[in-house]
Amino acid sequence: MHPDRFASGGDAERRASMQWTTRLNEAYRTLRSPVLRAKYLLELEGVDLAFETNTAMPADFLMRHMELREALEAAGESKSASELDELRESLRADRAGLERALADAIDARKDYEAAADLTRKLMFLDKLDIEIDVAYESLEA
Amino acid sequence: MALFQISEPGMSPAPHERRLAVGIDLGTTNSLVATVRSGVPGTLPDQQGRMLLPSIVRYLPDGRAEVGYAAQARQSEDPKNTIVSVKRYMGRGVKDVAHVENAPYDFVDAPGMLQLRTCAGVKSPVEVSAEILRVLRLRAEAALGGEPEGAVITVPAYFDDAQRQATKDAGRLAGLNVLRLLNEPTAAAIAYGLENASEGVYAVYDLGGGTFDISILKLSKGVFEVIATAGDAALGGDDFDQRVFCWIVEEAKLAPLGPRDMRKLLVKSREAKEYLTTHGEAQLNGKLSTGEWIDLCLTTEKFCQITQNLVQKTLGPTRKALRDAGLTVDDIKGVVMVGGATRMPQIQRAVGEFFRRAPLNNLDPDKVVALGAAMQADVLAGNKPGGEDWLLLDVIPLSLGVETMGGLVERIVPRNSTIPVARAQEFTTFKDGQSAMSFHVVQGERELVSDCRSLARFDLKGIPPMAAGAARILVTYQVDADGLLSVSAREKTSGVEASVTVKPSYGLNDGDIERMLRDSYEHAREDMQARALAEHRVEGERLLEATRVALQADGALLEPAERAVIEKDMEALRAALPGVDHRAIKQATEALGRATDEFAARRMDANVRRALAGRKIANLEP
Repeated sequence: MHPDRFASGGDAERRASMQWTTRLNEAYRTLRSPVLRAKYLLELEGVDLAFETNTAMPADFLMRHMELREALEAAGESKSASELDELRESLRADRAGLERALADAIDARKDYEAAADLTRKLMFLDKLDIEIDVAYESLEA
Repeated sequence: MALFQISEPGMSPAPHERRLAVGIDLGTTNSLVATVRSGVPGTLPDQQGRMLLPSIVRYLPDGRAEVGYAAQARQSEDPKNTIVSVKRYMGRGVKDVAHVENAPYDFVDAPGMLQLRTCAGVKSPVEVSAEILRVLRLRAEAALGGEPEGAVITVPAYFDDAQRQATKDAGRLAGLNVLRLLNEPTAAAIAYGLENASEGVYAVYDLGGGTFDISILKLSKGVFEVIATAGDAALGGDDFDQRVFCWIVEEAKLAPLGPRDMRKLLVKSREAKEYLTTHGEAQLNGKLSTGEWIDLCLTTEKFCQITQNLVQKTLGPTRKALRDAGLTVDDIKGVVMVGGATRMPQIQRAVGEFFRRAPLNNLDPDKVVALGAAMQADVLAGNKPGGEDWLLLDVIPLSLGVETMGGLVERIVPRNSTIPVARAQEFTTFKDGQSAMSFHVVQGERELVSDCRSLARFDLKGIPPMAAGAARILVTYQVDADGLLSVSAREKTSGVEASVTVKPSYGLNDGDIERMLRDSYEHAREDMQARALAEHRVEGERLLEATRVALQADGALLEPAERAVIEKDMEALRAALPGVDHRAIKQATEALGRATDEFAARRMDANVRRALAGRKIANLEP
């Protein structure tokens, strides 16, 4: 389907091939990202994540989140790349744990409400991850 | 027109006939053309056997242009009319260009892209680049014994939309059918990967004359997947020359220089830089037009010292690319070095230290991009038999967004999205009865519009009166396989629509291109007619053949009445082909093209269904 296969094709063919490949790329992106994949699977089950409105999180998760955020600020202030590296590593570990729990909730237990909670948590951590990138970039600027 | 080549990937309608296709590396310093013959890619030499074509164009008072070595030889004598490193100006305004004061040209600050005043008139960087491409096209024609049907032109991965568009326009202006714009590091990865049958994650470090790219790719089972790319579109070997130049001016305490002396010293700087790759020190001496004598010695140590922060500047994007890829240096299996500037020992050392492994230098860093482009051109032209199939998945280097209230950027397509990609976002009106909405399309990573590159502005008009916030305006960004953007906006309740292929702010519009084409062909009108006739005949014949094959294979997808329409148009085209009126042939070809549009779409859908039927997701991963 890739446009490379139809480079010397006609307009209609090239258009159709581009549209199909665009959809395939979107599908691949969804499959590759744990959050997007979970969101999609849950949508198929009729569970809406309501990430914008449902921001209730258990206290321990919020505590942990705050801890990571403070570490991020501290690393930013002290302009320390090694602190950022450490933070990213510990965030990665948190995420891996959540992803395992998520796979279990969706595949084994089919507990979609619990899965929705876990996905929301992952999305929180994703945001933090992006902020770490920004911190690295301001470090290098 | 719709051509049918759906049958099977790689199988062209006439398998015995190889299509001539070339890959072109349009470099800041040097350009090359390559092609694949008997399955082997190779660069094409000029009549003297030289592969490289210096990317230098000298305009003469009679309007002609000298390109390459001839222009290079005269650059110090005639600096104003001899354009070097024109790639730095593609899709750029005067304010975007670093070291404008150190360039001996007469710049004209035109809206969108700067222009250069020469003795042959005011020239756009697109026209200058087209001169280089034209020479390469003629070289390819001479070597291949025919006109290439298509070309792949490489661009730095970090080129933005305006720079890509300008490059594609230059190709058109040079009379090339541009099959694809290909990112330089990706081209290098193809050449390297196919040559060495590599698998795994590789980094391509590409430091050219004027641009720096770093790409991280995953090579697996013939799929070249770019995971992340980063770079600096204004950092390259030229900047090292500039540093040496500034060092000379400082050391010799020179007064401000005229264009000739400036060019002369820049040339000397470059020679010294190249000499230092294999020697411990370089002598810089000569006489300036002011009568001053230069007599300096530049040691490797000093050279490393004055260029150290340039070397460091390449590592920032390198870290960013790794981060975007979610990888660390330990995940990288090898670092492929591309671009002449990577010959500098301090670059080799810095890259080796950063990745903690010796860089891979076993391909000629000057040629590898052109070779990769030729391999891609060969595939795009449909010359590959099914067996040795491979596929490229590339990304956009910079995020695409739209301006929102307060001069902020709302990101619509994030950087490193695999192309082609489409994303949509909904907006609404903020005033009661608002009947129009303006969109400002921008590219870049910054939060503020003023820090990003403005790509285009367009309006959606005729929105029916509604309360503020009631209109639902869907803005869709579509990036094609060349990395070029088109944007459309639609009000969902009324269906009012507006769209734009991004071009206006930067780059040339179609009218400009046509005018330039006319200018360049003015002296050869008859030639042009003959050429048009030949081209249209080939197109017509090809469409006829493709339609015949398609009808044979998938005729069942058509109702008898639909088939009759197509057959009638085929008959009309067959009748027009032997004539000498190229317009009539073109019209008949277009008519058949239109008649087969829907058929092509149906075949594509049927093909997708066939390909996907009974397959599991696991088997579909690219």
